[in-house]
Amino acid sequence: MSEPLLSACGLAVRFGSITALDSVGAALWPGEVLAVVGESGSGKTTLLKVLSGRVRPEAGHVWYRAPDGERTDVHAMPLPMLRRLHRSDWGFVEQDPRQALRMDVSAGGNVGERLMAAGARHYGHIRDEAARWLAEVEIDVARIDDKPATFSGGMLQRLQIARTLVTQPRLVFMDEPTGGLDVSVQARLLDLIRTLVRRLGIAVVLVTHDLAVARLLAARIMVMQRGQVVEDGLTDQVLDDPRHPYTQLLVSSVLAA
Amino acid sequence: MKGYNFAYLDEQTKRMLRRALLKAVAIPGHQIPFAAREMPLPYGWGTGGIQVTAAVLGRCDTLKVIDQGADDTTNAVSIRRFFARTAGVATTTRTAHATIIQTRHRIPETALTEAQIIVYQVPQPEPLYRLEPSRTETRRMHALSEYGAMHVRLYEQVARYGQIAISYDYPVMVNGRHLMAPSPIPAFDNPKMHRMPALQLFGAGREKRIYAVPPYTDVASLDFEDYPFRAGRAPHACALCGAQASYLDEVVTDDRGGRMFVCSDTDYCASRREQAP
Amino acid sequence: MAYVAVKGGERAIDAAHAWLAAARRGDGTVPSMQTAQIREQLGRAVDRVMAEGSLYDPDLAALAIKQAQGDLIEAGFLLRAFRTTLPRFAAALPVDTAAMRLARRISAIFKDLPGGQVLGPTYDYTHRLLDFSLLEDRPAADAPEAGAHPGPAPRIPDILGQEGLLEADIRSDAEPFDITRAPLAFPAGRDARLQGLARGDEGFLLGLGYSTQRGYGNNHPFVGELRVGEVDVEIVPAELGFAVCIGTVTLTECQMVNQFAGSKTEPAQFTRGYGLAFGHAERRAMAMALVDRALRAEELGEALTAPAQDPQFVLATCDNIEATGFVEHLKLPHYVDFQSELETVRRLRATAGSAPGAGPPPGAVPPDEPP
Repeated sequence: MSEPLLSACGLAVRFGSITALDSVGAALWPGEVLAVVGESGSGKTTLLKVLSGRVRPEAGHVWYRAPDGERTDVHAMPLPMLRRLHRSDWGFVEQDPRQALRMDVSAGGNVGERLMAAGARHYGHIRDEAARWLAEVEIDVARIDDKPATFSGGMLQRLQIARTLVTQPRLVFMDEPTGGLDVSVQARLLDLIRTLVRRLGIAVVLVTHDLAVARLLAARIMVMQRGQVVEDGLTDQVLDDPRHPYTQLLVSSVLAA
Repeated sequence: MKGYNFAYLDEQTKRMLRRALLKAVAIPGHQIPFAAREMPLPYGWGTGGIQVTAAVLGRCDTLKVIDQGADDTTNAVSIRRFFARTAGVATTTRTAHATIIQTRHRIPETALTEAQIIVYQVPQPEPLYRLEPSRTETRRMHALSEYGAMHVRLYEQVARYGQIAISYDYPVMVNGRHLMAPSPIPAFDNPKMHRMPALQLFGAGREKRIYAVPPYTDVASLDFEDYPFRAGRAPHACALCGAQASYLDEVVTDDRGGRMFVCSDTDYCASRREQAP
Repeated sequence: MAYVAVKGGERAIDAAHAWLAAARRGDGTVPSMQTAQIREQLGRAVDRVMAEGSLYDPDLAALAIKQAQGDLIEAGFLLRAFRTTLPRFAAALPVDTAAMRLARRISAIFKDLPGGQVLGPTYDYTHRLLDFSLLEDRPAADAPEAGAHPGPAPRIPDILGQEGLLEADIRSDAEPFDITRAPLAFPAGRDARLQGLARGDEGFLLGLGYSTQRGYGNNHPFVGELRVGEVDVEIVPAELGFAVCIGTVTLTECQMVNQFAGSKTEPAQFTRGYGLAFGHAERRAMAMALVDRALRAEELGEALTAPAQDPQFVLATCDNIEATGFVEHLKLPHYVDFQSELETVRRLRATAGSAPGAGPPPGAVPPDEPP
């Protein structure tokens, strides 16, 4: 793969006197998982929002390469086009699944929504597809007509993943997908994400403060501090042999914990 | 009527309404905001329809007003009187004789023609309001044609009831572009809107919106390929005229379960009885 | 006029109107009430009808109250429907409430202030005991002379504003939005919001204002100042080119002062909620000021958590003429829609009997409520 799926350069965002992003660049190749790590306030969530077109940068560009090879500037795209991308080729997994799910709509309806938004009009097919995806994320298909309100935290997150992946996106943004879950639930979810992402060849930008999550899922890693990328490279290399003092501190604090 | 302009509204207001109507006709199914005036009838009782009718009414017009399909219901009488008083126009109960028909909750059974305008009274013009209460957001959904959520509602009904269970105000796609509330007509009447030769105008006074379906425009009721739209009616014949295919009112005749079914369209029923040998 | 007679409805409507007229008059042995009596002796009702009818005319408001048998929402509706037919010959200049000829002026945040505290004709501090002497027609006791009207008093922003402690008035010569001439759209500007609140239902505003005090969108309000009195209304006729006074109106103005923690760009200061009402209407002006401040939550970067902070919820719901019309329209026949629901429910029940699992669970609500 010679051309990146998503690339960015010179991104800058400021909130008042605080610098959230300072000339940040990034590149993501098809089927690759890139982890963005750093502590709270390092700018990693802002970077995710800028890369996905949700927050406009004051400087810099984000480029997306469509399946036909056409390269478009994410922030110059007309809104309808961006929203269409978010409903089809892209996906976004929120830390809190309640923000993404319709809590008063059945699990099947939640998974089917993206298909219907994309024009699916055959109830039987939509339902079969929803059932298949519930099975993929290890939710009992018998619960297809239950509302998410009756689901556990781990199930909600898996439902959100099914809802996101049902249109077979090429690129998924994930914001702390395992945050707020028990350790055992986290482990199962990580395993599921890893399996699905590998099998489907989805490219992922994963924001996490948890180095263990990054190591498990991501081939490459970017370490951020005060709005800047201080180190990046292959995950194992960076974590086993950190160069930057901040990365060294992050790695040692995990070991100490 | 002394002291008031023809058809109550002043000409400036009518001009404002006609501008909104022209925009509405230009973009079928799209809701046009307009500065609804206070009318001497309460909001929710047809003030939108009355303003639209006043804006298109001329001295040579013949007006028919129906509520629930009938000319003799009190609100229909009241609105017909309003225009008889303020405009002095001819009124009729005969669908075929009317040039303008103002209606609440029904489309006449007699097919309308190119020479006619039908004006619907609309309580809630926004078809998405149950799914998304914010008008800022629904406006964006219309602009971007993002109607997936509406199909989710249909999906939920099929999942729960084994069928689509919307009985009236059944949402339609107009001209393949805009999702539209047909006003609370029974789903039975929806097919009549499709490629209707008459101009269809919709007025929502309280919500201050006007929209339109020009003659011969496609109007499709939302459904699934495997759960197609069905226009339901009571499975009976009219007890008065024997009609087999008209929309029926159920009349309770006693407190022991006695029922009688009669045409909701009183003019249609009366005409059939007159013509019967 | 080729008017085709129809059965039933028409005669019923005429008979109902005649009956209503008789009921309005009541017992004929009791003297008929003069509208002047209503104007003079039911002044607070007249003020409310003028505010909600958005037309300042005490005589017409009194007539509307008489015609509506004292139903104040119905009276407001009569006044509004009349108002909409009136031609507009000029727009008044902004009234100067600092020059108000005060009948009452109090501040809860300063013990004394320039212009002084003026208690005025208030129900505050009356003991709410039925006064049986009013059953008899005795002349009222003479009111002590207040030394005419106290002189003009500076408004609270003029006092607090000098230190920069209170947000400044933003002067604008831009043409304000007119909710009676243009459809309200959201997000709505403060001009449109204040207009909507000024003629909103007093009970609804009171409930919303109260809700902010009970924790639904916290406000920390102080009555900076409440003033009641007369102001001049001026217009500039095109042929003259200078302002002339065309009359006076009584207004109630409330400046509610609220804490504001400040933001990244603004230092901490006090912010304001504003209330203005026709006539003597303290409750209305205060409730309006609370809700106005709550509606500024987004502008001030506060968390949006409560109904009183949602402009669409407040403005689309607060108009009692619209609300009463739509609530009461449920009395109109709905039998066509109900029939379609009947058929649907019968169909659903038939299906539920034949296909287990496909039917609605026990206690399921029907898919839609009536329109």
